[in-house]
Amino acid sequence: MINAVWFFALAAMLTAYTVLDGYDLGVGSLSLWIAKNDDERRMALNSIGPVWNGNEVWLIAAGGMMVVSFPRVYAVGFSGFYLALMLVLWLLILRGVSIEFRSQSRNPLWRALWDGGFWVGSLLLALLLGVALGNVVRGLPIGADGYFQGTFGLLLNPYALLTGILTVVVLAWHGTNYLRVKTEGALFERAVRWSRTLWWIAAGMVIVVTIATFIVLSGGPRTFHVYPAAWIIPFFVLAGLVWGYLSRGADRGTPAFRSSALVIIALMLTAALTVFPNLLPSIVNPQYSLNIYNSASSPHALRVSLIANGFGMIAVVVYSVYVHRVFHGKVRLDEGHY
Amino acid sequence: MNEAVFAHRIQFAFTVMFHYLFPILTMGLGFFIAVFSTLHLITEDIRYADAARFWAKIFAVNFALGVVTGIPLEFEFGTNWSRFSSFGGGVFGQALPLEGVYAFFLESGFLGMFLAGEKRVGRTLHWISGLGVAIGSLLSGYFIVATNAWMQHPVGYVMDHSGAIHLESFWAVLLNPYAAWQYAHTINGALLTAAFVIGGVGAFYLLSERHMGFSILSVKTAIVAGVILSLTQLFPTGDLNGASVVQYQPTKLAAMEGLFETSQGAPLAIIGMPDTQNGKLIDPIYVPEFLSFLAYGNFRATVEGLNSYSRDLWPPVELTYYCYHIMVGLGTIFIAQMLIGLFLLWRRKLYSSRWFLWMLMLTIPFPYIANEAGWTVSEVGRQPWLVYGLMKTPAGTSANVAAGETIFTTMGFAGIYAVLGVLFLFLVARIIHKGPQEDATAHG
Repeated sequence: MINAVWFFALAAMLTAYTVLDGYDLGVGSLSLWIAKNDDERRMALNSIGPVWNGNEVWLIAAGGMMVVSFPRVYAVGFSGFYLALMLVLWLLILRGVSIEFRSQSRNPLWRALWDGGFWVGSLLLALLLGVALGNVVRGLPIGADGYFQGTFGLLLNPYALLTGILTVVVLAWHGTNYLRVKTEGALFERAVRWSRTLWWIAAGMVIVVTIATFIVLSGGPRTFHVYPAAWIIPFFVLAGLVWGYLSRGADRGTPAFRSSALVIIALMLTAALTVFPNLLPSIVNPQYSLNIYNSASSPHALRVSLIANGFGMIAVVVYSVYVHRVFHGKVRLDEGHY
Repeated sequence: MNEAVFAHRIQFAFTVMFHYLFPILTMGLGFFIAVFSTLHLITEDIRYADAARFWAKIFAVNFALGVVTGIPLEFEFGTNWSRFSSFGGGVFGQALPLEGVYAFFLESGFLGMFLAGEKRVGRTLHWISGLGVAIGSLLSGYFIVATNAWMQHPVGYVMDHSGAIHLESFWAVLLNPYAAWQYAHTINGALLTAAFVIGGVGAFYLLSERHMGFSILSVKTAIVAGVILSLTQLFPTGDLNGASVVQYQPTKLAAMEGLFETSQGAPLAIIGMPDTQNGKLIDPIYVPEFLSFLAYGNFRATVEGLNSYSRDLWPPVELTYYCYHIMVGLGTIFIAQMLIGLFLLWRRKLYSSRWFLWMLMLTIPFPYIANEAGWTVSEVGRQPWLVYGLMKTPAGTSANVAAGETIFTTMGFAGIYAVLGVLFLFLVARIIHKGPQEDATAHG
């Protein structure tokens, strides 16, 4: 029981990360074209500036929680995805440093450099995180020794590339919705238009990846056969997309943002349910899969860590909501730190 | 040593040593900024507000680098040390995620508010956010030190028949006796470094005859704080951190003191070069019986030398010994330096003693060296153990990661960090050159 609770706790942490840092990455991956001059670039940066660091912590906290709850998954997953994760680390460095360094100088070359870094870092991060998730869903070559070696040749398979593109597109759509809420003027108008276009691409990719998933997991994910009620989660993907379409009007930025958040939440939970109760499925032999039972810490360890982390996360949610509230509303450029 | 094991060790050692340069200042400076901010709130003295605002600019750049260089370390527990994580994750992992949950969220969450400035969020909220950032960073230090302390002195676990370990007590892990003074000594080191940086920059301005009000406040803060912190770095924090080593890690003690022969009334080697081959120190200067006194409070106590243990249990003696002596040597110099500064302050000559201000400015890097040297003692001195007494280092690596992959990524990190280091120095130099702005409405 507690093993399942921890599974969904981790899923929740990673989902929260994707919703929050998702808009940071989305804004970044479009930044070079959607923001056309220094003022607009600063507006985009200041929209995510005060919150991006806190958003990123959800990923770090999720990783730490994985160590204590499913140490084998953490060990096998992180060492298996070695090269890809190193790349992710370097991109996180590039993205973070680009945001923080960019406005330290007024020199246009300096700013152009970090604008480029912010774009490349954000775009590739979105892609790689999507590729990683796709590989988890598809399964990894975990052998009898319980480990695998994730070469790029293995990881960049067609299915994972599709989930990578899906992630880029959905997060970009999410990012435009965020800009619709936070910005004004020409940047806002562009965000409205791009949001509409990206909706179509996102909806299309959802269909493509759904079909691809059924092909790759021949017959479809097991969980949905065993618990048909689980179909409600993918249903929310659809509901979110419809809501997003209905919110395409220029003045509907906030509901649009909520709709893309809902789509992300539903997609992440669908992925989680697809692999459950596995965490790292093996494509070599299902017996080698790492699941919530054979990879967990002891029941006592799971219990105490759930309590210790749970308390903290309640506080985190409370003051994080507060911090986001302090910065709600349109970006005021003259007061921007970035 | 196996090529792959060496590569994993080098990667972790390099990335953690570069990373640590930044949290030292984050923890230390965050505290001083919070103090300046609070003093401004209480006294309405604008110099405190100017100081807080200036240091916040350097803090912002430093914090960003601390975060981006820190994330690799959490990942490296899994990427490079997967068998260690798999073995001990349920136990030491009790402390690890708490760093994220209770500390990182706090400091990163409030950082945005803090950097947005008073004008944007108002005075009270700005003050609170400064406290949040300071407390968050200090708290993160505890959880990661507790994680390391578990590696130095594993507690709170029980081993089953297959050799696997399971958590027995959450509180034993979190309140590991080794952690308490290790943490105090670490934080003290961070605060001391910040004092030196504040004083060194103040000295620079005084020598350049700029920003007199700000620099006088900076230098005075540095000396007053520095006297206290340099002394507490030695006693009680250094002494009691050392006591943990005496009690739980006798091979580390012997290596760092260069003690080869088990001795009753063991002498303290002030200097000397270890000749591990022949088991002695070359050209040593000893204080007789003093090591026994330091370790056990008794001049006639017996201290175990390296020769009591088989060679395969010896840590690398030279590195451990030298880093320890560098750390203590620098720490002693810091005490002397700060006491001289205090004397000059008392005689009202501090701000005009150019020779002293030069020294204050030039010694900015030294506390960094002392901090890193100390951690090197801690980690290298623990060898050949990854978890002292429980798991040897080669047994903890990721066996599925080839040496070639690790060497490639280490070179990648080296290149990236070289660039980041240059950029950091460049940006901080610009901020210092621009100087503190007395105008409260100017924004960065």
